Amino acid sequence: MIWDILFAPFADFGFMRRALLGCFAIAVGATPVGVFLMLRRMSLTGDAMAHAILPGAAIGYLVSGLSLGAMTIGGLIAGMVVALGSGVVSRMTALREDASLAAFYLISLALGVLIVSTRGSNVDLMHVLFGTVLALDDAALILLCSIASLSVVIVAVLFRPLVLECADPQFLRSVSNLSAVTHFVFLGLVVMNLVAGFHALGTLMAVGIMILPAAAARFWTATIGGLILAAAMIAALSSVAGLLLSFHLSLPSGPAIILVAGIVYGLSVIIGPVGGLLVQALPRRHFET
Amino acid sequence: MAALAFQDLTLGYDRHPAVHHLQTEIADGSLTAVVGPNGAGKSTLLKGVTGALSPLEGRVAFGGITRDDIAYLPQQSDIDRAFPMSVVDLVAMGLWKEIGAFGWLGRARRDRVEGAIAAVGLTGFETRPIGALSGGQMQRVLFARLLLQDARLVLLDEPFTAIDARTMADLIGVVRGWHGEGRTVIAVLHDHETVRAHFPRTLMLAREMVAHGPTRQVLTSENHARALQMCEACASTPHVCGKTAA
Repeated sequence: MIWDILFAPFADFGFMRRALLGCFAIAVGATPVGVFLMLRRMSLTGDAMAHAILPGAAIGYLVSGLSLGAMTIGGLIAGMVVALGSGVVSRMTALREDASLAAFYLISLALGVLIVSTRGSNVDLMHVLFGTVLALDDAALILLCSIASLSVVIVAVLFRPLVLECADPQFLRSVSNLSAVTHFVFLGLVVMNLVAGFHALGTLMAVGIMILPAAAARFWTATIGGLILAAAMIAALSSVAGLLLSFHLSLPSGPAIILVAGIVYGLSVIIGPVGGLLVQALPRRHFET
Repeated sequence: MAALAFQDLTLGYDRHPAVHHLQTEIADGSLTAVVGPNGAGKSTLLKGVTGALSPLEGRVAFGGITRDDIAYLPQQSDIDRAFPMSVVDLVAMGLWKEIGAFGWLGRARRDRVEGAIAAVGLTGFETRPIGALSGGQMQRVLFARLLLQDARLVLLDEPFTAIDARTMADLIGVVRGWHGEGRTVIAVLHDHETVRAHFPRTLMLAREMVAHGPTRQVLTSENHARALQMCEACASTPHVCGKTAA
């Protein structure tokens, strides 16, 4: 019974195993980036960047159909252009980062919708928006795992500047000239992980696996290492549960995974030991007995 | 020898000057207070020294030091107090010049971090998250980080504002320690009592230089009145430079 519910789908069906591996790759690669997005109060930036990727993927699709390589490269280029463009505008003019990013991604999104709707069919649009985690082929899996590995390595190498850029950017600027580099490499990481995510979960859902586990982890631990570990575990757990739900109840898998992550987030808000609602409501002794 | 020479230095924002044609020198190893009314360009001057602000005219000349030898404590640090980070982590950042982005901290450097925390009287607070510190404790942490930066020139922008007397006394002890070690210290201050008691030299600014020299000779009521008058004149006719073209 338990075997049938929890293990049989993965044991019996190759596409479920592939989906699980793809989701694990995204969980490992994207959640550290999500943790830093959250700590830098840039959680919504992930969402903006996800929309910004659309025209690149659409142009890739126009050029060579549903091709993994073309859509990946297109998405990367579109994301980088928006990240760099908005970064340059906000660093060189009076416009703030949020406003310049909003301007760039809205232009990018409109362009993407225009391209998709003039040339593609609705099915293709659904593919880009919601992904195809149950139809990941070898090439897609290799791409997801490569991006996840690269992302983890870059975060590890840039860990100290990333932390400083979040915690005390003024100090980082005063002792080193890595500030701008760190910022743009970080935006590059966001784009990279979103592009990996959209193959499996679609451009809209890819942000979910990045941000929701990070937000939930905040209620369980108060150290950066702990946050990254907890977020990755929550993302992996949500992937397993979401895939099983979608298998047994015939639900679309991308939204199922993200909704499970959402449920974990909701529970964390209530029962999380670090600033959760329940802990705050309970009377606390202010001294040890 | 002069650690710093301001040569016809004019600094400002959006081409509106805040410091006008400043011409003076800061001696190596001196302990100088920068005083003046609000909007006199005191913080702007420090930003000009760190290089955060480029001169509109003139220059800051360094004698025997480079911009890497400067430690700067801004008036309002933009430290994210909600960031999950402990006192040790924040203080250890002061070692950036030695270990950079990738260097190993190691046992010896850890000991120095703990030494700096002890020097500002925060022993026992090492693992406390920075979000749980009071304003005075946070200022002690920032001074500990400055200690580790081991800089030849220390710039402090209103370091004692809004902290309790006990903390202030301890931190002034740290500043005097730097002075004793021959480091050059420049501090923007408001409280003239503090300046008289602890700072041998004073630079009074009111966009232009009012006076610079031994504190006793600079902090006079005439100079003070003149500074206020100059700043009011600046406020009523904002962006006009008083200097005539040579």
